[in-house]
Amino acid sequence: MKIIILGAGQVGGSVAESLVSEQNDITVVDVEPLRLRALQDRLDLRTVAGSASHPSVLMEAGIEDADLLIAVTQSDETNLVACKLAARMFNVPRRIARIRATDFLDDPKVLGPDGFEVDLSICPEQVLTEYIAKLVEFPEALQVLDFAGGQVSLVAVRAYQGGPMVGRPVKEIRGHIPNIDTRIVAIFRRDGAIMPDGDTVIEVGDEVFCLAASDNIRQVMKELRRMDQPVKRVMIAGGGNIGLRLARALEAGYSVRLIEHNKRRCEVLAAKLNRALVLNGDATDEELLGQENIADMDLFVAVTNDDENNIMSCLLAKKMGARRVVALINRRSYVDLLQSGQIDIAISPAQATIGKLLAHVRRGDVVAVHSLRRGAAEALEAVVHGDRESCRLTGRRVGEIELPAGATIGAVVRGGEVLMAHHDTRIEAEDHVIVFVTDKKTLPRVEKLFQVGARFL
Amino acid sequence: MRLPAVLHTLSLVLLLFAASMLVPLAFSLGLADGAHAAYAKSLGVTLLAGAVLWLATLRAGRELQVRDGFLLVALVWTVLPAFATLPLLLQLRELSFTDAYFEAVSGLTASGATVLSGLDRLPPSLNIWRGFMIWLGGMGVIVLAVAILPLLGVGGSQLFKAETPTPMKDTKLTPRIAETAKGLWLVYFGLTAACLLAYRWAGMSWLDAAMHGFTTLGLGGFSTHDASFAHWNSRKVEAVAIVFMLLAAINFATHFLAWHRRSLRVYRVDPEAKMFLGVVAASVLGVAAYLAWQGYYPDYGTALRYAAFNVVSIATTTGYANTDFNLWPIFAPLWMLFLSSFASCSGSTGSGVKMIRALILFKQVFRELLRIIHPRLYNPVKLAGQPVENNVVFAVLAYVFVYVSCISLFTLLLTVSGADVVTAFSAAVASVNNTGPGLAQVGPASTYAVLSDFQTWVCSFAMLLGRLELFTLLVVLTPAFWRK
Repeated sequence: MKIIILGAGQVGGSVAESLVSEQNDITVVDVEPLRLRALQDRLDLRTVAGSASHPSVLMEAGIEDADLLIAVTQSDETNLVACKLAARMFNVPRRIARIRATDFLDDPKVLGPDGFEVDLSICPEQVLTEYIAKLVEFPEALQVLDFAGGQVSLVAVRAYQGGPMVGRPVKEIRGHIPNIDTRIVAIFRRDGAIMPDGDTVIEVGDEVFCLAASDNIRQVMKELRRMDQPVKRVMIAGGGNIGLRLARALEAGYSVRLIEHNKRRCEVLAAKLNRALVLNGDATDEELLGQENIADMDLFVAVTNDDENNIMSCLLAKKMGARRVVALINRRSYVDLLQSGQIDIAISPAQATIGKLLAHVRRGDVVAVHSLRRGAAEALEAVVHGDRESCRLTGRRVGEIELPAGATIGAVVRGGEVLMAHHDTRIEAEDHVIVFVTDKKTLPRVEKLFQVGARFL
Repeated sequence: MRLPAVLHTLSLVLLLFAASMLVPLAFSLGLADGAHAAYAKSLGVTLLAGAVLWLATLRAGRELQVRDGFLLVALVWTVLPAFATLPLLLQLRELSFTDAYFEAVSGLTASGATVLSGLDRLPPSLNIWRGFMIWLGGMGVIVLAVAILPLLGVGGSQLFKAETPTPMKDTKLTPRIAETAKGLWLVYFGLTAACLLAYRWAGMSWLDAAMHGFTTLGLGGFSTHDASFAHWNSRKVEAVAIVFMLLAAINFATHFLAWHRRSLRVYRVDPEAKMFLGVVAASVLGVAAYLAWQGYYPDYGTALRYAAFNVVSIATTTGYANTDFNLWPIFAPLWMLFLSSFASCSGSTGSGVKMIRALILFKQVFRELLRIIHPRLYNPVKLAGQPVENNVVFAVLAYVFVYVSCISLFTLLLTVSGADVVTAFSAAVASVNNTGPGLAQVGPASTYAVLSDFQTWVCSFAMLLGRLELFTLLVVLTPAFWRK
């Protein structure tokens, strides 16, 4: 597939990185040649320097025979113009744009066929905000992902001493919580993935991925660790776009404090927030943290745009007694360095945000793709089409399906009903199937399963 | 300072004011109450004075600067009452100029304090004139509050400017002051007409309905009867009065917007209107409960009726009464006086500190308290979700300080000249707030005629000061203002 990516920033870079490994021809456009060079050195792709909204630049990038345009520059307006141009002048079939301002999203006409002709709009800040808000809601989880419109959740929990299931084989979970259907789809132990079968014993320190109906995930988590007090007080370091959105999302239900060092930005924040307290200062200032009772905070979230700052403030907050600390970290090497150390959760914005975008790029009828374990694993939701003849899934029992190694069918959503996949669960057309893939290399093969054969067409 | 230009504008206002005397003249002729000669003479004198001033300043430049605005406003509100006394003086021979001026100031500042008694026996057209003065005053006040004071930047009135909070945020109703004024007056006319018809429907005569329509919308409180609203002793009439007093005490720009957009949502967005209605409703229920508990009224229903009417009347700085609330246990009338100092909204015909300033001050107090707990907190005072700038908060603080000082000063001036403390204090508060009746000797059952000449002048000045939002008048009295 020929893909043009506009913008070589964080999102553009990580999208390029994810897609380049999946046999796509990628061209990246950016105004900043330096950024492009860095990208080109690292990945196998083409780059074009120039303004992404200029037709000549787009033509130079080969837009005329592109299959997909991903406009993720810093500016909403550039992205919109590029999508419109791509649709009207160059007949690019699919166009994705990063849109930050909610104003553009209020009326569907703006992005519709009579407007800027954007097929899919993504807002990384919003995705990250929802990600972190989930962690506030479920403080025990490392990650919570929704599938099938929120009916099914995949939750990652670290097994701790004291959880009833810890030290027990996986199959016993049915006996522990008989009326709840859940499925442990994968266990990560010492950075390696284990495909659990019924006899796999859960050990302390395991990262356990469970699928369950969204209403039940609390009970499932209870089996793996002692439950924490619900979160009441949240401190956010960094009042950028993410910090502000997060504070706005949380201020109604929690006591929120937001630390921002720039005074002018504080004015903006204070104007937009109602109940959250805006504090002017540095998040690595021990005195400020002490003044604001960091020891009573249930959650400390560092979301400045500086990795080192986030890490240091989280370490400081943890040392001073914050119950849980979450850091936003862009550099992958830092993430691997820190997870399961002093910092409870390290979030990689790129990985967290590109799932929605990737779903759109994927073949087959893929509804959602979520990156797990910083991209090492993926969870994918796709719709089954066709009949027994044309599709390799329809009408078959889960046990019969030949899945690549490391892939598991976790759950099936049929209509409004959630079925945990067992060996004898039969898949029907129009089911939403949630597949868990521990080895990303096998993804194309999994996607192929969902594609309908020629006879169906 | 361009005195000639100011005087030239003043002359135009005078000519218009002369024209307004046609209203009582027409009533007088229509009713044949024998007072028409007084209006004709007054009209002639005012017209002549205006014309002479106009001719004398014909050569003056027409350009007014912001600074000239202060002088113009101050002059309009001091000179017009002088001419407004003419019909009173010519008709009521025993009335002194001091008392007549007081009455006229009370009218044109929409206060409603009176020195006249035996109102029922006055020529009906004279009562119309008294009511009409209040109505004119209200009209002036609306434009003053919405269009002029913001330009002058008086004591936090910048808030009412277009780029600031309150629903007038995106109003700047129209780009030009003249257009804004027209829009607001249209609402004022409309509400007055509605009020008049409602009074008539509730059982007043056409004449009473007209006079009370004028005074209700102007939040003045002059009545055609010594007994004020007790004259009708009708729940229906009182209910109509309550509704329109409440409406008149809400920002007219909010009314304009609601009408313009055909939506009641603006009232919910207006931080003042909500607070005003909330505070008044709570006070009505509270005072009624207190009166019933004290056994002043036999049951809660009766207490509620009297509490509702009088509390709304005083809180909105109108000044009607349907009973002598001076006789109530002292807490109730004191609370009403307190309400009158801050309840009514900016941009309405009410007076006092105004709800918007009270809100800002209240929020500022909480801001300071919170800052003690969180020293690094950044928490601007916000109204309707919009931050209020610090200099506005300072201006409001200064305004309230001056306001309190004025009340203290006037109270002292009245006591030193012989008034008892309750009379002095309540008269000072009622005058600065343009409420009308006070307590004790100046309570709703009596009039300001009991005051000495000196005290009457003090009260006249206090009414002007309160009406012109203190600073507008005070700045004209500073030497720096007159320095070139």
